[in-house]
Amino acid sequence: MSQTFPWFILFLPLGAAVLITLFTHERRELSARLSIAAVVVSFWLSVLLFTDPRAADPGLTLSVNWLNVGGLSVDFGLLLDRLSLLMLLVVTAVAGAIHIYSYEYMRSDRSFSAYFAALSFFTFAMLGVVLSDNFLQMFMFWELVGVSSYLLIGFWHDRPAAADAGKKAFLTNRVGDAGFLAGIILLWAMLGSVNFDFLAQKLAEDPRRLGAFSTVAGLLIFCGAMAKSAQVPLHVWLPDAMEGPTPVSALIHAATMVAAGVFMLCRVFFLFGATPQWPAGLTWLDGISALEVIAWIGGITALMAAVIAIQQNDIKRILAYSTLSQLGYMVMAVGLGGRTSAMYHLTTHAFFKSLLFLGAGAVIYRLHHEQDIWRMGALRHKMPLTFGTFLLATLALCGVPPLSGYFSKDALLGRAYEQNVPLFLLGLFTAALTTFYMFRLIFVAFLGRPRSPHIEEVREVPGVMVLPMLFLAVPAALLGFWAVNHYLAEQFSSIPPEPVPPWYEQVFAPFQHLPLVAFLGLGAIACGFFAAWGIYGKASKDPLPEKLGGLARAMRNRFYFDELYARIIAVTQELLADFADWFDRWILAGVGVRGAHGTTEFFARLLRLVQTGNLRTYAILFGAGVVILLYALLTR
Amino acid sequence: MIGLVHYLVVSALLFGLGVLGVLLQRNLLVTYMSLELMLNAANLALVAFSRFNRGLDGQVMVFFVITVAAAEVAVGLALIVALFRRKQTVGVDDLTDMKL
Repeated sequence: MSQTFPWFILFLPLGAAVLITLFTHERRELSARLSIAAVVVSFWLSVLLFTDPRAADPGLTLSVNWLNVGGLSVDFGLLLDRLSLLMLLVVTAVAGAIHIYSYEYMRSDRSFSAYFAALSFFTFAMLGVVLSDNFLQMFMFWELVGVSSYLLIGFWHDRPAAADAGKKAFLTNRVGDAGFLAGIILLWAMLGSVNFDFLAQKLAEDPRRLGAFSTVAGLLIFCGAMAKSAQVPLHVWLPDAMEGPTPVSALIHAATMVAAGVFMLCRVFFLFGATPQWPAGLTWLDGISALEVIAWIGGITALMAAVIAIQQNDIKRILAYSTLSQLGYMVMAVGLGGRTSAMYHLTTHAFFKSLLFLGAGAVIYRLHHEQDIWRMGALRHKMPLTFGTFLLATLALCGVPPLSGYFSKDALLGRAYEQNVPLFLLGLFTAALTTFYMFRLIFVAFLGRPRSPHIEEVREVPGVMVLPMLFLAVPAALLGFWAVNHYLAEQFSSIPPEPVPPWYEQVFAPFQHLPLVAFLGLGAIACGFFAAWGIYGKASKDPLPEKLGGLARAMRNRFYFDELYARIIAVTQELLADFADWFDRWILAGVGVRGAHGTTEFFARLLRLVQTGNLRTYAILFGAGVVILLYALLTR
Repeated sequence: MIGLVHYLVVSALLFGLGVLGVLLQRNLLVTYMSLELMLNAANLALVAFSRFNRGLDGQVMVFFVITVAAAEVAVGLALIVALFRRKQTVGVDDLTDMKL
């Protein structure tokens, strides 16, 4: 059973994508059903696999030899352990809900079939990343994730903004992937393999194996995660990616693709167990380990994105910055060595954030693609189910007990408190900001008075869209009681975890474990909530821009990252383009093309004179030729 | 006594005459005849060698050459007739279209 299931889980979505593209492109209904069926079966197989006790312990690797080039032998393998089983479950569950939701959301789109093909293809790529057992295979699927996300972000490619956003996402990811690839090559050059197990074993035997390159290798690999998980300074693509259809945002930019970076860091965490050391020219950096850099980048991303989210008015962009901020949390946790808490938060976040996106999608669907929260208001009565699930997900995101986010965020902050107090305070402040901007969204968009005349006509969305939201609401609310951290701790920590306490004790467990962290966390939530209530409870327009002035403007303009990058690219690219132009004009076109062409033509014109058209001239030349040839042959 | 050398001298003379004819004559028909002359000079040399070497190979070869030459004359003359019909001339110096 567990031998064949992983292959089916991986290849069913690919099969659906291929079938739709080749055969059922004209038949919209059939395409959608194929795609949904594939991912639902994948989900079901994942559940079966997950509950199979033999699959998780001690883990399982299924592999076939894939390619042998020189000294490099790569397998195409599927690695099953607690980490990938959990991730399989998250990806297929969220993807399944979103496939079904898309069935209604995208119904009026003319490229309905193409949409489902791309969605299935993305699911395949993401599952490939999750199941990979070596760096090269993971990199391949990593790139496929990038390509399919490009297709989905730019799905409405006749809108220039969407086409540009797709391009931006792809190019930004390219920057990170260059580092990732360099890291993989470095590891292969140093250790002679790209297989995770093999590398982990080598480094466990001798943590000094990587010598002076250990930190560099770690940071290069982190580059890949930095782009995929949208960490500063490569975060700029994620907010723009909101130009894609909303279900795509829910799938790619909440639950899966952006989580791939964090997942990958957890998968290759063994790298960071190597003794930190810098190469000769960089020894002044001694004492800084790759993990510290990762933790700080995560922390800065978390804080900065939360600050920016406060002044966004587009409902999807608020959620996008919120995603950035939460991803920053996870990366920070990985940097602090807390793989368990990072994956815990990733799991809970996948459910409540995709639920938030689906709720936002429902609102956008009913408001005819209006995304400005200041043109919404009073949606609570019009869309009670959407509001209910949205509020639930918001509370989970803020970390209100006993919802899922409370447990994971507490685990995460607890880790930070034990390891690094400045980062803990930063995380705590971010938690307050999170509550603030989310309740700003709730107060403005769902409560208060209608802010636009269209609100009167709004109705609840159809059942096909509500059902996935209700399905996601269950884990968003209750996942905390399942104790993901205990499940993962079996694999990640050498100390056997304590037995899982009964559910009613779990709610209070954080208060017994680290009471200070738990109380401060609740305090941060309360601060954020009351601040939002005070400022936005009855506001008709945003009062912050007047109070904060320039800071608010900077927040609204996302701290001018895009402008800065545009400037840098303009300068460097201009120089490069000038040089390329000069090279092309003078070296390639001048010396190369014109030179070759000119020489040929000169001799051609010269030789042309020999052709007179006179038969006797030809005869003489021919005769002379024969004589010369004979002479040459006979006197040799 | 007439020996191999005599035959070869005659053959060479005929060949030389043919070459001169090809190079100097302005009439296409005469040029063509000169070509035939060269061909037959070569035939003569072949037959002579064959006879003095007491073999039959050269003579057999000459039969083939004559056969092929007959076919060649048929084609060549037809071409010249066609050319004359079109251009109303067989002067080599008037036919200078064979250039770029």
